[in-house]
Amino acid sequence: MSKDMKELPGTPVSGKELKSDKIITFEWRPNAKYAWSAGIAYGRYLDELKEGRIIGRRCSRCKRIIVPPRMFCEQCFVATDEWVYCKDTGTVNTFSLSYLDADANRIKEPILVAVIDIDGASPGVGILHLLGNVDPKKIDVGMKVKAVWKPPEEREGAVTDILYWEPMED
Amino acid sequence: MSFDKIRDPRKIRHQIGDMECDYIYTAGVAGERFYIALRDEEKLLATRCEKCNITFMPPRLYCDNCFTELASFMEVPSKGVIESYTITYFDRDGQALPEPEILAFVKIDKTDGGLIHRIGEIKPESLKIGSKVTAVFEAKKERKGALTDIKYFKPA
Amino acid sequence: MNIRKRVAVIGAGITLYRRRLKESGKELSFYAANMALESAGMSRNEIDSVVMGTAPDAFDGIHMKSENLLDGAGATQKPYTHVYVGGGTGVFAPIGGWWHIASGMHDTCLVVCEEKMSPCFPHPQTAFRSIWDPIISRPLNPNLVWIFALEMHRYMKVHGIPKEHIAQVAVKNKGNALDHPSAQLAAKITVDDVLNSEIMVYPVNRLDISPPSDGAAALILASEDVARKYTDAPVWLDGVGWSLDSAYWTNRDLYFPQYVAKAAKMAYKMAKINDPPQEVSFAEPYDPFTYKELHHMEGLLLAEKGQAPKLTVEGVTARDGDLPICPSGGLLGVGNPIAAAGLMKCCEAFWQLRDEAGKRQVPKAETGVCQAWGDLMQVGTVCVFKRDS
Repeated sequence: MSKDMKELPGTPVSGKELKSDKIITFEWRPNAKYAWSAGIAYGRYLDELKEGRIIGRRCSRCKRIIVPPRMFCEQCFVATDEWVYCKDTGTVNTFSLSYLDADANRIKEPILVAVIDIDGASPGVGILHLLGNVDPKKIDVGMKVKAVWKPPEEREGAVTDILYWEPMED
Repeated sequence: MSFDKIRDPRKIRHQIGDMECDYIYTAGVAGERFYIALRDEEKLLATRCEKCNITFMPPRLYCDNCFTELASFMEVPSKGVIESYTITYFDRDGQALPEPEILAFVKIDKTDGGLIHRIGEIKPESLKIGSKVTAVFEAKKERKGALTDIKYFKPA
Repeated sequence: MNIRKRVAVIGAGITLYRRRLKESGKELSFYAANMALESAGMSRNEIDSVVMGTAPDAFDGIHMKSENLLDGAGATQKPYTHVYVGGGTGVFAPIGGWWHIASGMHDTCLVVCEEKMSPCFPHPQTAFRSIWDPIISRPLNPNLVWIFALEMHRYMKVHGIPKEHIAQVAVKNKGNALDHPSAQLAAKITVDDVLNSEIMVYPVNRLDISPPSDGAAALILASEDVARKYTDAPVWLDGVGWSLDSAYWTNRDLYFPQYVAKAAKMAYKMAKINDPPQEVSFAEPYDPFTYKELHHMEGLLLAEKGQAPKLTVEGVTARDGDLPICPSGGLLGVGNPIAAAGLMKCCEAFWQLRDEAGKRQVPKAETGVCQAWGDLMQVGTVCVFKRDS
């Protein structure tokens, strides 16, 4: 069958045509709004971020300290049972330089993105966040970094209460 | 379980947001034929499956019963019969409408389908299921190639 | 395990894959499903059940779109199921079909996958804004490419893989796609073209990424006894596997996809494959990004950890190599209408194992493995297909 295929069904159109009067189209913008509850674990996590602290949860079964915290350990499938403060320092696990914004528009100055393994959490336990105050060429996996917090009066209990993570001085 | 008790619901943190994208939908191959005929010629087009004896309104590119492609389009009358109707007093966001609107499923003559549309030029108390209605088109320059190129159906 | 019926594939269909197609999603589904029925010599009334696979509704912009697509998928007044595991859906939909037949419940099942990403503005990427956890990730305003870039970089760093080796995947797949009639981005390119293409999200360049696409594909599954009535050359769906990890992707090492390995082991065990690199004649791992093909070859246990790039550079994975990978041209070459892209891989396995792949034909194709992947580094879906012997 495939080897005999010559013309397949489908009528290509360009983006320009799609926005022109040449073909019949219908436009729509959904306008539902949402309020997502942080829940118990993330709620406390955000409360602590507002205070300039990073908190995790400990699972007494596998002994992992996990960040972001959750009320149950997804591996042991038991309730976690202890809040544990972690440090606001960590290690770059992997990083990237984004020349795209969230709508895939090109941007000139890259957003510095990283997974940061948090000191005081179990090895390999990290969070997605941003790097800053660093020459992109000097970023490397394994680099030690420290959180740069918003001034306390500007914090709102969100992951953006940490502005970014910057290299630690040796 | 060791879940913390939240005594004050205001202490539960929320993140506010939306899931907004803009969309531009194509009408598809059959839809495009239908809407262009509506806009340019004040005509309703249907497709017909001879084998299954079904006339599709709005037209489809294929018969969903025997699953063959339907290539030919035929004009059908722009009138029909009210199969069912409802009277709505609120808009989609729950706001009261200035005037109640009559919405009906109009079975289009000589087809096995029909259109959901507004009914005009009639008082709600005079409406009857089974009433004959005919399409009232927008002025030609107002027509856009959409179902709203028909303003409403009125009693025939 | 109590499998009541062996499951065969007896037909396949596909549309063009393009950035934008005028046809509605229903119409695309119809064309793919109808072609599959014609290739099997069947009519719709011989189909017992229909499984539809689509990725996020947010691309088409039609909420609960599987219901909207139903008539185009040939499912009017039939048992109809929508299956969904994000980007892994395209290889999960045939697994959904397999359940219907292997259980003995139905004799035939039509599997259809459709995706229309073009309605979404300003870019299909915008639909991914709401894939993130709204509390811990979304306030950072992430782009989905971030997770690929982060995973790719980790993979490169752990194994010391040079970008040139990864770029070879784009050269191979876009080249293979020159022979695929659906292909959207078939091209003859060089490693330098990839390396010199625009940096999107370092280390991902433009030519490392598959495009957004519109398109549909379909497969017909049948039980062994029924399949023999329609064809002398059924292709056997002898192994299925799927596994999902949690969404806590920042809490695990991204260099190796454990969940893909679990899914692969499940499918290999069912298909009685003990030594995958020796027993698999070709594979269609999921390749939305260049490195993903390599990452997934390792997850599918077709290469040792960190060795897939080397095999690619040595030509082992070329169509005429010892272990052809993505002979179709993959998502990088044929296009990526998400769920339909995964099912395209299964269509390719069907054509390869019936010697119907034309210029794309892999010599001595006996066993083919298809795999798809999805969500936040968490989904692995695997199908093992075998030639009739």
